[in-house]
Amino acid sequence: MSDLPVMAPMPSVETAEYWDATTEGRLLLKRCDACGHVIWYPRGICPDCHSTQTSWFEAKGTGEIYSYTINNKGDGPWKAAAPYVLAYVELDEGPRVLTNIVDCDQAALAIGQRVTAVWDDTGEGHALLRFRPL
Amino acid sequence: MSIRGKAFIAGAYEHPLRNIPDRSTPQVHAEVALGAVTDAGLTLDDVDAYFCAADAPGFGALSMADYLGLKNLSYLDSTEMGGSSYVAHVGHAAAAIAAGKCSVALITLAGRPRNERFMGGGARFASAPEAGFEALYGANVVSSYALAARRHMYEFGTTSEQLAEIKVAASLHAQHNPDAFLPKAVTIEEVVESRLISDPLHLLDCCVITDGGGAVIVVSPEVAKSLPRRSVKVLGHGEATKNPDNGRIDLTYTGAVWSGPRAFEEAGVSHADIDYASIYDSFTITVLQQIEDLGFCAKGEGGRFVSDGALVAPHGRLPFNTDGGGLCNNHPTNRGGMTKVIEAVRQLRGEAQPAVQVPDAQIALVHGTGGSLGTRMGSATLILGQEDS
Repeated sequence: MSDLPVMAPMPSVETAEYWDATTEGRLLLKRCDACGHVIWYPRGICPDCHSTQTSWFEAKGTGEIYSYTINNKGDGPWKAAAPYVLAYVELDEGPRVLTNIVDCDQAALAIGQRVTAVWDDTGEGHALLRFRPL
Repeated sequence: MSIRGKAFIAGAYEHPLRNIPDRSTPQVHAEVALGAVTDAGLTLDDVDAYFCAADAPGFGALSMADYLGLKNLSYLDSTEMGGSSYVAHVGHAAAAIAAGKCSVALITLAGRPRNERFMGGGARFASAPEAGFEALYGANVVSSYALAARRHMYEFGTTSEQLAEIKVAASLHAQHNPDAFLPKAVTIEEVVESRLISDPLHLLDCCVITDGGGAVIVVSPEVAKSLPRRSVKVLGHGEATKNPDNGRIDLTYTGAVWSGPRAFEEAGVSHADIDYASIYDSFTITVLQQIEDLGFCAKGEGGRFVSDGALVAPHGRLPFNTDGGGLCNNHPTNRGGMTKVIEAVRQLRGEAQPAVQVPDAQIALVHGTGGSLGTRMGSATLILGQEDS
């Protein structure tokens, strides 16, 4: 567990499988059955080819930092968490996902740095995908 | 069909206050609406089209039409594209006028973020399809723009000092504006030494937070001819949205790469024809990326472009935001598009502050970005000209 705020998601029928897998620390992504593109964020239509035939698969949970910022001024529950790291991580499967980098020396972070998934339990049956440096 | 020359901005009004504790938000909408129709030489009974965005309380255009007593509406538009909405509204109004749907369009913006919590977005954003994959990570406005600034620096070598040049230019303009929220000129050192809000963005890389608003009146050529004031011709309009693109988000460019060419093509003008530019300035990085994306310099060259006083009026290569912009003058209810349109109208009427009036400004560009450089945005570009251009 990181010490960042952990807010409970609101799974929908469209995303329930993603959230159920987080409980077991597994990252599920969707792939389009028609064009093969990995879809992010998970949804029931492929934004590339507009097929509605999509399938879940398990991702490795590793990637590299695409961009990041150390935020000194959070809002609401994030105010007390500052300074915290907001980042886009490019997963090895392709998608760039918005996330936090935790368990890190903030001053030593760099674009291109390798990271791996960590899961923060929401206490309500799901977990949030965050990353730490490898 | 083109809207070129089919509509004119006949009235424009910016609320003079930046902190409004003693009026309701609908009252501020009313004050700017009255200011704009009066500037045009019209009354609210002449208005037959009304445009507003999510800052309009309640049921948007329906609540405001009722509140303002707009009795003759044949056209309503509540297009919501964040801070760029009002730039888009001018294009939409021109198209509606060109199609014969209306002849006097009122566009209003008002809000009081210094005194009142904005109630517009919460529930809608919580149910957004992306919410569970973005909203849980503490991304706020500054930090999401900071992600874009960091990546631009990484790919192109852009520096904090170059971003600071943009704030410095805005502040040089603001010192001539008696209504500006921050009327003091600042130096590059003051910008880069101001506290880091979300690195690499400093406090002085960020726009002001102000109460207030503004309104403009867009009319048909026939109505424009009948009015005493100089109006401004709508020459072209372009619009686009850019988003994370199915996991391929690229933080180094904005939707201006699409909206800009559409506006230039419709207007039939080139970059060399632009005498003045109102460029959306929620943050310094917003300006830098848009200057590149609108084609005033190559991608990645923005830092060098802004570094030799190019943005400083009246004699820079691209005089911008001569009211002081959102960075120094006014960013009413966190939405800068309306004030961008209004300052372009002042320049084309020759009514900007004398120290920053571009001599014989014939053609102006107005560009807005709403939403976030860090996720999804609406982009809107207008090309405006003098009445007889």
